[in-house]
Amino acid sequence: MSKMPIRLTVNGVPHEVAVEPRRSLADTLRDECGLTGTHLGCEHGVCGACTVLLEGEPVRACLLFGVQADGRAVRTVEGLAAADGTLDPLQRAFWENHGLQCGFCTPGFLMLATWMLEQPEPVDEARLRHVLSSNLCRCTGYQNILKSVRAAAQALGKWTEVAPVR
Amino acid sequence: MKCPPFDYHAPRSQAEALALLARHGEEGKILAGGQSLVPTMAFRLARPARLIDINRIAGLDYCRAEGGRLRIGPLARHARFERPVAPGPTGRLLARAAEHIAHAPIRTRGTFCGSLAHADPASEWCCIALALGADLRVLREGGERLVPAAGWFQSVFTTALAPDELLAEASLPLLGPDWRCGFAEFNRRAGDFALAMAVTALRLDAAGHVAEARIALGGVAGTPILAEAAAASLLGASPTPDSLRAAAAIAAEGFEPTEDAQVPADYRRDLVRAMTRRALEGSLAA
Repeated sequence: MSKMPIRLTVNGVPHEVAVEPRRSLADTLRDECGLTGTHLGCEHGVCGACTVLLEGEPVRACLLFGVQADGRAVRTVEGLAAADGTLDPLQRAFWENHGLQCGFCTPGFLMLATWMLEQPEPVDEARLRHVLSSNLCRCTGYQNILKSVRAAAQALGKWTEVAPVR
Repeated sequence: MKCPPFDYHAPRSQAEALALLARHGEEGKILAGGQSLVPTMAFRLARPARLIDINRIAGLDYCRAEGGRLRIGPLARHARFERPVAPGPTGRLLARAAEHIAHAPIRTRGTFCGSLAHADPASEWCCIALALGADLRVLREGGERLVPAAGWFQSVFTTALAPDELLAEASLPLLGPDWRCGFAEFNRRAGDFALAMAVTALRLDAAGHVAEARIALGGVAGTPILAEAAAASLLGASPTPDSLRAAAAIAAEGFEPTEDAQVPADYRRDLVRAMTRRALEGSLAA
């Protein structure tokens, strides 16, 4: 199967790569762009480890083909920290609240929560749990992930005890 | 697993997509959201030789009220429906169901029409399409037809759509304020496929009597099904807690449930009874 040339922007950096159509966006990011922060767990859309933002929206990078990202902008976990390595508020909250153990699922949770915290609506406990139910973690028992994102939401002024009815 | 190899086509117009389908329909598949197709390929349950990606065709993501119906284009994504897309019962029902469809990062990609074409027995959109009487507009090169939802679902993952056809639009009636719609589903974990779901729609006349009733069940048989006897039992009288309970009990008996090791038939019937009652009661509350 021949490769197709594509251009995509990842964390603001343009990439010109060639991929086989069957290669997922996650494969493309990892193998062609050299960005291995995006992890592949189940490769069929269940675990959420590969969650990235495509044009600002969260997607399963295993359920999109790399060729579909031609001309599009992607954000991955590598884009969160500052160039000097300073963690962003969400990453710091994971650090401070033991939001990870092995860290395999962490990039997916970080990108999913990044999207949630960038939405205009405030986050309450119900929305926090509803959105984060998307992703699997096999070691933290989830409580510290919820605690981390809650802490980040509070630090960013996005937390509300009860969200207004939509 | 990685998906098996395929030839990739990204047509820029619907006409181009239909021409590709005419040439390659038997060995090809339309790629819209891909949230069911791609996992199916990863499991090697499907090995289409070609994918025809319609995501580069402009103008297919519409969702608009027109002529008393909600017209839904082939690239309208699930997330679009999380807030009512139209005032009234139809938009509210869709919003009520949308949050049960998988998870946020799936809803940003998966499409309403894609769900109807895939026809998973536990699809919320398929159940609503049957309950409300959706019309499916199907195109092929040089031809067009309209298929009512009642004639669409044939068996598990099987619809009236031919290999050379594209589901170009789904439309739902925009129900008036005299309709009361309800939705309830049960699953063990958030975002999982429902073990049972019920969609209900009652039209109340000026006296508060049920003038029309529709009840559809999903996740309990090979296709979504109508619980016609249950719906008919509600006609001509004001709904009461007892009549809703009685209708739910009828709904639980009138079908052959899907059975598996985790969900024996009795349990599924019990879930149908509970979901139908909850949907009916919820639709009349407040």
